[in-house]
Amino acid sequence: MIHSLFLINHSGDIFLEKHWKSVISRSVCDYFFEAKEKAVEPENVPPVLQTPHHYLISIYRGKLFFLSVIQTEVPPLFVIEFLHRVADTIQDYFGECSEGVIKDNVVTVYELLEEMLDNGFPLATESNVLKEMIRPPTILRSVVNTLTGGSNVGDTLPTGQLSNVPWRRAGVKYTNNEAYFDVIEEIDAILDKSGTTVFAEIQGVIEACVRLTGMPDLTLSFMNPRLLDDVSFHPCVRFKRWEAERVLSFIPPDGNFTLMNYHVSSQNLVAIPVYVKQSISFFETGPCGRLDITIGPKQTMGKTVENMMVTIHMPKAVLSANLTATQGNYTYDIATKVLVWDIGKLNPQKLPNLRGSLSIQAGTPKPEENPSLNIDLKIQQVAISGLKVSRLDMYGEKYKPFKGVKYLTKAGKFQVRT
Amino acid sequence: MTTMQRLLQLPVNAVNMVKTVQSQVQGQEEDKSPVLTPDNAPQNWYSALQPDELRHLRSGGTGGGGGGSGSGGGSGGDQEERGPLEEGGGGGSFQTQPLRHDDLKEMLDSNKDSLKLEAMKRIVAMIARGKNASDLFPAVVKNVACKNIEVKKLVYVYLVRYAEEQQDLALLSISTFQRGLKDPNQLIRASALRVLSSIRVTIIVPIMMLAIKEAASDMSPYVRKTAAHAIPKLYSLDPEQKDQLIEVIEKLLADKTTLVAGSVVMAFEEVCPERIDLIHKNYRKLCNLLIDVEEWGQVVIINMLTRYARTQFLNPNINESLLEEGADKTFYGSDEDEDEDEEEKEKKAEATAMAKRKPYVMDPDHRLLLRNTKPLLQSRNAAVVMAVAQLYFHLAPKAEVGVIAKALVRLLRSHSEVQYVVLQNVATMTIKRRGMFEPYLKSFYIRSTDPTQIKVLKLEVLTNLANETNISTILREFQTYIKSMDKDFVAATIQAIGRCATNIGEVRDTCLNGLVQLLSNRDELVVAESVVVIKKLLQMQPEKHSDIIKHMAKLIDNIQVPMARASILWLIGEYCEHVPKIAPDVLRKMAKSFTNEEDIVKLQIINLAAKLYLTNSKQTKLLTQYVLNLAKYDQNYDIRDRARFIRQLIVPTEKSGALSKYAKKLFLALKPAPVLESPFKDRDHFQLGSLSHLLNAKAGGYQELPDWPEAAPDPSVRNVEVKESVPEWTKCSSREKRKEKKVEKPFYSDSEGESGPTESADSESDSASRSESASPSEESRSASESEESEEGSESEEEEEEEQEKDKKKKKKELSKPVQESESEQSSEEEERKHERKSKPRVQTKSDSESESDEEEEESESESSQSESEESESETEVRKKKKAAESKPPLKPVKKENKKESKKEMSLLDLDDFNPAPSPQVTPVNTFLSNSLVTDLEGLSLSDSVLAPATIAPSSALKNYELLHRITGEGLSVEYCFSRQPFSPDANMVAVQMQFTNSATSEAKNLHMEDVKLQSGMRVKEFPEIELLPAGETATAVMGIDFCDSTQAANFQLCTHTRKFFVSIQPPVGELMRPIFLTENEFKKEQGQLMGMNEITEKLTLDVKCRNEHAIVQRVTTAANLSRVPCGSDKECSPPVPPPKHPVHRFAGRTVTSGSLVLVTVATKEEGGAQLTVNCEKMVIGTMLVKDILLALTQ
Repeated sequence: MIHSLFLINHSGDIFLEKHWKSVISRSVCDYFFEAKEKAVEPENVPPVLQTPHHYLISIYRGKLFFLSVIQTEVPPLFVIEFLHRVADTIQDYFGECSEGVIKDNVVTVYELLEEMLDNGFPLATESNVLKEMIRPPTILRSVVNTLTGGSNVGDTLPTGQLSNVPWRRAGVKYTNNEAYFDVIEEIDAILDKSGTTVFAEIQGVIEACVRLTGMPDLTLSFMNPRLLDDVSFHPCVRFKRWEAERVLSFIPPDGNFTLMNYHVSSQNLVAIPVYVKQSISFFETGPCGRLDITIGPKQTMGKTVENMMVTIHMPKAVLSANLTATQGNYTYDIATKVLVWDIGKLNPQKLPNLRGSLSIQAGTPKPEENPSLNIDLKIQQVAISGLKVSRLDMYGEKYKPFKGVKYLTKAGKFQVRT
Repeated sequence: MTTMQRLLQLPVNAVNMVKTVQSQVQGQEEDKSPVLTPDNAPQNWYSALQPDELRHLRSGGTGGGGGGSGSGGGSGGDQEERGPLEEGGGGGSFQTQPLRHDDLKEMLDSNKDSLKLEAMKRIVAMIARGKNASDLFPAVVKNVACKNIEVKKLVYVYLVRYAEEQQDLALLSISTFQRGLKDPNQLIRASALRVLSSIRVTIIVPIMMLAIKEAASDMSPYVRKTAAHAIPKLYSLDPEQKDQLIEVIEKLLADKTTLVAGSVVMAFEEVCPERIDLIHKNYRKLCNLLIDVEEWGQVVIINMLTRYARTQFLNPNINESLLEEGADKTFYGSDEDEDEDEEEKEKKAEATAMAKRKPYVMDPDHRLLLRNTKPLLQSRNAAVVMAVAQLYFHLAPKAEVGVIAKALVRLLRSHSEVQYVVLQNVATMTIKRRGMFEPYLKSFYIRSTDPTQIKVLKLEVLTNLANETNISTILREFQTYIKSMDKDFVAATIQAIGRCATNIGEVRDTCLNGLVQLLSNRDELVVAESVVVIKKLLQMQPEKHSDIIKHMAKLIDNIQVPMARASILWLIGEYCEHVPKIAPDVLRKMAKSFTNEEDIVKLQIINLAAKLYLTNSKQTKLLTQYVLNLAKYDQNYDIRDRARFIRQLIVPTEKSGALSKYAKKLFLALKPAPVLESPFKDRDHFQLGSLSHLLNAKAGGYQELPDWPEAAPDPSVRNVEVKESVPEWTKCSSREKRKEKKVEKPFYSDSEGESGPTESADSESDSASRSESASPSEESRSASESEESEEGSESEEEEEEEQEKDKKKKKKELSKPVQESESEQSSEEEERKHERKSKPRVQTKSDSESESDEEEEESESESSQSESEESESETEVRKKKKAAESKPPLKPVKKENKKESKKEMSLLDLDDFNPAPSPQVTPVNTFLSNSLVTDLEGLSLSDSVLAPATIAPSSALKNYELLHRITGEGLSVEYCFSRQPFSPDANMVAVQMQFTNSATSEAKNLHMEDVKLQSGMRVKEFPEIELLPAGETATAVMGIDFCDSTQAANFQLCTHTRKFFVSIQPPVGELMRPIFLTENEFKKEQGQLMGMNEITEKLTLDVKCRNEHAIVQRVTTAANLSRVPCGSDKECSPPVPPPKHPVHRFAGRTVTSGSLVLVTVATKEEGGAQLTVNCEKMVIGTMLVKDILLALTQ
């Protein structure tokens, strides 16, 4: 299975290596660097590369490459999924997955990698099991450790590996028992020039933060489960009950986790919360172009649209932008040719507008293509699909937990073509 | 100090070992070292330390030699050796090694754990950065037995990394792990095995082998899992061990815990993927465990099972592809299945014949696999989803493959790497099964922010999905893509348009026009790509498009991209008769620029010249000569060759042979239009989702996906005789249990087989120690009777044997747990013994007066002491007397009971004292044992899901009608509550359904649909019955969780033609399962369920129902409860004949919520009785009272 792992930063330094079988020289990464040169953008590096003796499967996360070396046939998704799990675990432990953090905690990361794979085959990937064996660093503990010379390796044995609910550790205790669920929906949409919807769908996720004592058995039911077209679950969810009754029944992991992902059935029309009027044009004569964008609310369910942001990848020829925004401010990065207009809250009375001229490099022909607009937005307290949690019940424990559900709608891959 | 001692305890042995193999090891070391030291840091620790090392070895060796085999000698030598060795750590370095690690060594040698820890952390950080830390090996390895867990772990990390390079020194640590392997804590055993097996040192192969074998039969599943992990490690270290390892794998494959399953299949795949025969017996188990295996294991198992299924089952689509060929085509609209058909054409003849002879029926095991993998499409793990998807793609009937599309489309939301792999596979799938993804067309629309490789793949999918109906939307979409900034992507789009145009005739002109428009694009790349594609399109119908060719001829002045220029030239040459005026002019221009052109363009110029010469030699003769002359002196020999060749061919000279006559035919032959194919065509001969598929090349270790067999291999190889049911989840205790069972087994099986003789022997020995009251005649009688009863049960068994073999299996299963239950009961030995003794006695009494009289005398003589105890009623006293009497001479009474009970076939607790008879001897005696059976079976992984028909209908079960023969048009369905635990879900009530097809035609695809339930209720559908021939009967089991309510479960029962609305409403008595309580426990529980929870009714017993037997039978028939053996702790003898007014108690729990249900029937004079039901659930209590009342009074 997975033979070795190299962590490579943006500039191509290998700053961590781990081998689960015999050592493979890091020169194997040269093939990868070659492909990386060729790809220009890091996203365009092929995830699977073939070299004379090995196969290289890599992921790109947090400006880092996780490059694994494979020697024999293995499902590529297996490796990719595992590498993402590694990145998730690092994020879970240290709050972020970046070069600096990994370098600061190199021993812990190395130990984690040791536990996660055995001979290249995943052994313990559940965060709760790992945390029993290797405790994540906290400020308090690191202070205590420096004073007492204590360690962050768990001294208890990882019994979680033995249980039949491996995602939950035994003997959890809290003084405040609470369970929070965030229903977050993202609108993926493509609007064409005239503003008509080419494609739109809603993807949702329920993120949970459960801090409950003991072994609670939770049941989460929805007012309108029929909305959900396609779902995927955390392993803790009992699939059969979902099939039969459309309720989520589960013994939750401790702490933060993703309970389910869902897709809202495509029959439902997706409410598009904003409309965009735009015109971007380049003139044949003279090195300039015009840009005029107005954004207004459309179907917002009576809530305010917040964190509005428009990102435009301009054609290479565009040198600079001289614009005025009625609301918010804009930046144009000459190096990456990205125009960002940060609007903030959308005011329905006074629609935000951005207009002005673009200057083009002299001597180049006018750009053929028009850039597309990527929209970001947030709407609090509403799930745009109308999904509602009806109740959360707890069995198996006596106390009364504090329960909370929050809704949030975001723009996912929301694109306006011009 | 202690660490030193530990270190040096084993060198005595290890060192000797080292000595013998040292030279060999050294040799290996040298061989390996260039590979093993990636960076060129001085990897000379070994040589540096060798002198010390040798000294150490020498002294160790002498120490060992002096002390003989004893470790004392070794430890005696410790003190002296300590110096040298420590020096060795530091001393080695001053010779060739820089002093850089001295501080670390000092820290490692210190007594403080914190210092050691700090040092180890720095060392591990070095390893992680890829720095060489091998020179610290001796200093580190000393700490292998360190008490501090973190230090220890880090030492392990270090050891595993460097052991391979420092083989001899690594051996010093082995004993620590060997000790760890014996640790009582399973986690320590596992971790020891894990590290031991990770040390890649060839010498310890035998040790590893031993450890693996031992761990494979460890009682902890976690250790067994680790053993499975260790197998591939050992295999890669020494492939010679394969045969032995296969044995271990075989053993572990039989393991029934989910923890082990994934790991052992992984080992199987690495070591012996060709031994598919090992899977047979475990196939069904693996299918059933699958959903509970951890995600990584699921992937491996599913991939393996895909291969397995390909060898064992028939192609589910074989009939379809043959019979519905035409229909298919019209449905999917185009040539989709063409390739498939082509492939099969050769086989078709024979296959058709076969198919016609026998209609395809899916093997139930094949169905099982499909059914059990389907829920995993909902996994959060993309690899699992992909694995299921490929399984369905390769194995499922065409009609069912569709389910995977949704899940795959969902994965497109995931990370871009996941998208990349998924799209590759979707691209392959869309070629074979386009219809599946058509509804999701828009999900493949491209965003400007997608990485290029994703865009290109989406484009591929969109192109594959294009057909007459959606082509206009797709083309519109393509138009926007052409404006993209990403030029590679634009080029790919143009090619995609070309492919759409070739595949779909209707849009060819539209596409062509669109592409021609692109010719005026400013971007040269776009134009060039368009030219190339147009060329291909024009080849299909050139005569219509002379104006396009003219247009393109004009382009030659502007386009610089060689490929495009070459394409234009070829076009003009090929269709020069359509553009007779322009063509010579183009050649003129080209002749002018010939020397500056790229090679491919030059070749096409020569081509053009030759063709023009042949068609229009008057105008172009000189030009051609000129071009050929230029080419003759070209730098490129290909071009020179070509020029020479063409000159010979077209310009007739006396030298030129016969070939020139055919020059026209050669050059102006009609060329077939190119077929624009997807690069993903035919990729599906690789297993989808595999690395090989992605690379379109066989990767190392790839296992070919076999073709479907022509005829299915024997399916019976997958039948499993259930030898013992190991409780699935009692992970830690399973071993003990098994042991217990093993111990008991011979005992029971003996008594089972020949209880007669054994018992008589028993009784004889007993009688010796006993009073004379038992006469020989009695004994012989008892023996004969027991034989009789045996025969009875045997004959029953025989009957059952005649039924399906599956049933037999079930029986075995049934009888086993009984034994287990016995063992459990034995924990309450004391009470139970009395009970056993006394109970049968009473019966005896009631029936055979003479004997009981005798006994009574005896009992009265002996019962005085018990009389002092409290008495509640006359009956009680009577009972107690019996009990008391039985107490002092335990054995005699026991024996007596035995024979007496044998005499009567009605025996309440026959199996209580003698487990031998099958639990189904009589319906009456099943209630207690059955309860235990069921309890225990709930624990075990029974195969009842697999073979639903196995549950033997008990005579006591009441059948209900689900579907009448008339309404069901010949299909009648009856159901009963089998009172077996429903193993897939303990909270469900098992409903056994019996389908009888009394119609004249067969019924197909019996399954459930559209289940309507009250909230909270759940149903586990019965497995689809593929075929029910006319006049046949089939049974199936489904599970319903009624949520402790008597609400009906409504659903549709579907056949291939009809749907019937049916509903199942449970009597309240079926909503519980029996539990075993002692009388004391019962009373205690009852005490807690007073007040509201207690319902009491007075009743008059039915005349026929005044003896105990009848009461018990009626109550247990009405409700699935078990009898509470009474008088257990107070030595009151239990059921006394009716006149004595006994109290009968029954206990159970509701199935879903597990609430206790306690029933008491206290009999009184004149058939009066009082019924008390205690149950937390008042509704259930009330209903139960009604039901039991009814049962007792009628």
